Amino acid sequence: MNNGNGRRLNGETEEDDDDEGSEGDLDAWERTYADERSWESLQEDESGLLRPVDNTTLYHAQYRRRIRSLSSQATTARIQKGLIRYLYIVVDLSRAAAEMDYRPSRMAVVAKHVEAFIREFFDQNPLSQLGLVTIKDGIAHCLTDLGGSPESHVKALMGKLECSGESSLQNALDLVHGYLNQIPSYGHREVLILYSALSTCDPGDILETIQKCKKSKMRCSVIGISAEIFICKHLCQETGGSYSVAMDESHFKELILEHAPPPPAIAEFAIANLIKMGFPQRAAESSIAICSCHKEAKVGGGYTCPRCKARVCELPTECRICGLTLISSPHLARSYHHLFPIVPFDEVSPSVLNDPHNRLPRSCFGCQQSFPNPGNKPSLRVACPKCKQHFCLDCDIYIHESLHNCPGCESFRHSKSPIATEE
Amino acid sequence: MPSAPTKLYADDVSLLVVLLDTNPFFWSTSSLPFSKFLSHVLSFLNSILLLNQINQIVVIATGCNSCDYIYDSSLSTNPGIENGKLPALCSELLKKLEDFVTRDEQLNKQHSLPPTTTSSSLLSGSLSMALCYIQRVFRSGPLRPHPRILCVQGSSDGPEQYVAIMNSIFSAQRSMVPIDSCYIGSNNSAFLQQASYITGGVYQKPQQLDGLFQYLSTVFATDLHSRAFLQLPKSVGVDFRASCFCHKKTIDMGYICSVCLSIFCKHHKKCSTCGSVFGQAQSDVASASNLKRKTPET
Repeated sequence: MNNGNGRRLNGETEEDDDDEGSEGDLDAWERTYADERSWESLQEDESGLLRPVDNTTLYHAQYRRRIRSLSSQATTARIQKGLIRYLYIVVDLSRAAAEMDYRPSRMAVVAKHVEAFIREFFDQNPLSQLGLVTIKDGIAHCLTDLGGSPESHVKALMGKLECSGESSLQNALDLVHGYLNQIPSYGHREVLILYSALSTCDPGDILETIQKCKKSKMRCSVIGISAEIFICKHLCQETGGSYSVAMDESHFKELILEHAPPPPAIAEFAIANLIKMGFPQRAAESSIAICSCHKEAKVGGGYTCPRCKARVCELPTECRICGLTLISSPHLARSYHHLFPIVPFDEVSPSVLNDPHNRLPRSCFGCQQSFPNPGNKPSLRVACPKCKQHFCLDCDIYIHESLHNCPGCESFRHSKSPIATEE
Repeated sequence: MPSAPTKLYADDVSLLVVLLDTNPFFWSTSSLPFSKFLSHVLSFLNSILLLNQINQIVVIATGCNSCDYIYDSSLSTNPGIENGKLPALCSELLKKLEDFVTRDEQLNKQHSLPPTTTSSSLLSGSLSMALCYIQRVFRSGPLRPHPRILCVQGSSDGPEQYVAIMNSIFSAQRSMVPIDSCYIGSNNSAFLQQASYITGGVYQKPQQLDGLFQYLSTVFATDLHSRAFLQLPKSVGVDFRASCFCHKKTIDMGYICSVCLSIFCKHHKKCSTCGSVFGQAQSDVASASNLKRKTPET
């Protein structure tokens, strides 16, 4: 899908001034230009000349801004993260979801990105649970209960993709409120509403429902697909969620994925607690046992509950027999990088680079890529403030976004954190 | 994200990043002398290069105080095959390795840490470096070899590296880079077992260290494409138990702090990691599980 396709809105987006028309009206040669949007890759410099956008520095600048905002938040107030989340995704399948301003339809685009979101959500929040609710004909349906398996949610959503009738925010909130009230007090209750409609058709006073949600500490966030609506904004403000409206498909994707990393926890929202959990061992590949989740005999794989010795197929889960939460240590470890983030790297200033007396490393410490000669470009390398090793910009992004380790700090024992070297 | 593999480069072109354990504390106690071990590994590296002319090898040394790149076959200037003497791979690698080991030892003296803390090698560092290198290969465009990592490790796991190693494992899993491990120490390495299990690599603990070359060449030389057709050693149960933060004991049931996910072996009043004060634990969990249970067993 090209993001150019989402532009033909009914005046909701301001930058929508070009005339792409529907694809049928365009000739083949026109379409290539319309799809590539080649004019966007040009930039005007100080003297008014056009030049191609240098994407690498742009991306890197964007990324640095993001990292910096994250780290400044973290230092000003040691924010706790809500790592155990119970999230309901509410998908609006009212008549408005059939609109074709997103290709092929709002509904299909939403479903596609919800699928990606679900996978990303479980990757980042392995101990959390998620459920799906749809709004159709003014009524909210529960599509899937809270659960930890991405596959079952995706399957359920893809099987139910048809829309009709009005949308009702109140019904959806009431339904979700009923479910989220039951979860244990240490969990963070969240609702993410993907709202296509421009109105809500409610049976009662929605403001009361919003107050009810606020009282039970549900964090409600809304991503609008058409335009900003007051009631959604009010809901998010009251409950501490975030409200955003997508301009096009790529923007929608960005907005929905922003909800994947755990949000900063608000202290009174969830009560700190110790949760009893079991770490089952994986059985040898050849053993045969009856699993308690599907109630059939299975060969190999499987995990044994340490308390009641029942066999389960997948982790994380809750033991069907004794109710113990079963996880494996890698699930916990997946979340640790949220808690021990690595410091942003500092840019090496050009004055240091141009100083002939400094003997600087000639290649990136991580990937061994040799640095280009320091020319007039502002920054070509970054340095870790702890271990002082130099990294290229690509490694910088990779280290902060995916690896969450500084190779330099990890490869020298003396420079490790005090926890690591304590005797 | 890495681009999809193309058919332009054949399926079986590999980039093998080998992480060599050079920890002197391990090698002084090992039954296999380091020199013998090296000759096995060098023959193995040569055989990888022989399998396909565009195969690529990178060797990273994992010391007990530092890690460093010691060989990159794409950088070696002379192929060294025609002169019939010691091939470039051996001489270059051995020289760099020697430098590295001396430097590593000096670092050890400088910081004069008691030997108990240095009995593990810095696997987290060399894994992170290997992954950075592999990302660079991913960035190089569609014409690229299929990367994998082979850890030849002997020293025991360093518990302080747990978080860093797990981070590397998950990053490798996301980039679909398998981590193979050949563990030549005495007990199984829980870190490497998890690494290979999670990333879909092979974990093997050779029974006969004299035949190390044979293990290496039969199990770890196979490229990723051919693995689909072979019966490689399967894992025999992976230890997924966690160790508690308070006593470093391995436990199979414990308490998790809901705020910071620290693991404790018994109930505490306050979390030692994040400082949260806890209420009662048991009743809450019990009620939650009662509500959750949908099909009561009889």
